[in-house]
Amino acid sequence: MKTNDLILQTVTKVCAFVIILFSISIFLGGHYSPGGGFVGGLMTSCAIVLLLLAYDLKTVAALLPIDYKIMIACGLLISASTVAGSWLFHAPLMTHAYSYFNLPILGKTSLHTAVLFDLGVYLVVIGVTMTIIQTIGESE
Amino acid sequence: MLEIILRISLLCISLAMLGLLYRVVKGPSAADRVIALDAMGINLIAIVALISILLDTSAFLEVILLVGILAFIGTVAFSKFLEKGEIIEHDRNR
Repeated sequence: MKTNDLILQTVTKVCAFVIILFSISIFLGGHYSPGGGFVGGLMTSCAIVLLLLAYDLKTVAALLPIDYKIMIACGLLISASTVAGSWLFHAPLMTHAYSYFNLPILGKTSLHTAVLFDLGVYLVVIGVTMTIIQTIGESE
Repeated sequence: MLEIILRISLLCISLAMLGLLYRVVKGPSAADRVIALDAMGINLIAIVALISILLDTSAFLEVILLVGILAFIGTVAFSKFLEKGEIIEHDRNR
């Protein structure tokens, strides 16, 4: 039975971008305000779940050709290499460094290596959530 | 003065949530329960907003948008389950 989901699909096209922008804002603001990699990753996977609800597994796989298991591995690699990077400077493990840089548009910005660790958490959370949901959704 | 008004409105929204809880428990069909749960999510947003005014903090502003998104996605998933029996299809044009 084919159903007409025009309203749901049109709302999804607008809402998914808003949710992804909100998740990026939560992820980047995690150092100074509530949020961080975990909530940001969950919100991004919320946007992908909304796409899965409005469309189907094949369409979303064509839209986002990502293997989420490789995404988990990439996230773990980024976090682990951030942790191991402190060895290069003969500092104790998990020592994070930060400094202030003058970027062209943003001006004086504080760049912190904890953001890279958070990026790993973000990718792992998206990967785990989407792997679970896709595995459950595919079984007939 | 403002605090009294905030407490009165919190009381009103709590009473509205009690009414919705009655509809969740009693509701004859599943669609009534889904609509009542969606409205409870919206009332929860109002309670978080009022409490963040009461506590004089802006730390809960993300929670408001987050609960809104979660209530929307939850309602869409429930209604798709009620309509089709499965939430995530493999190929909708089959």
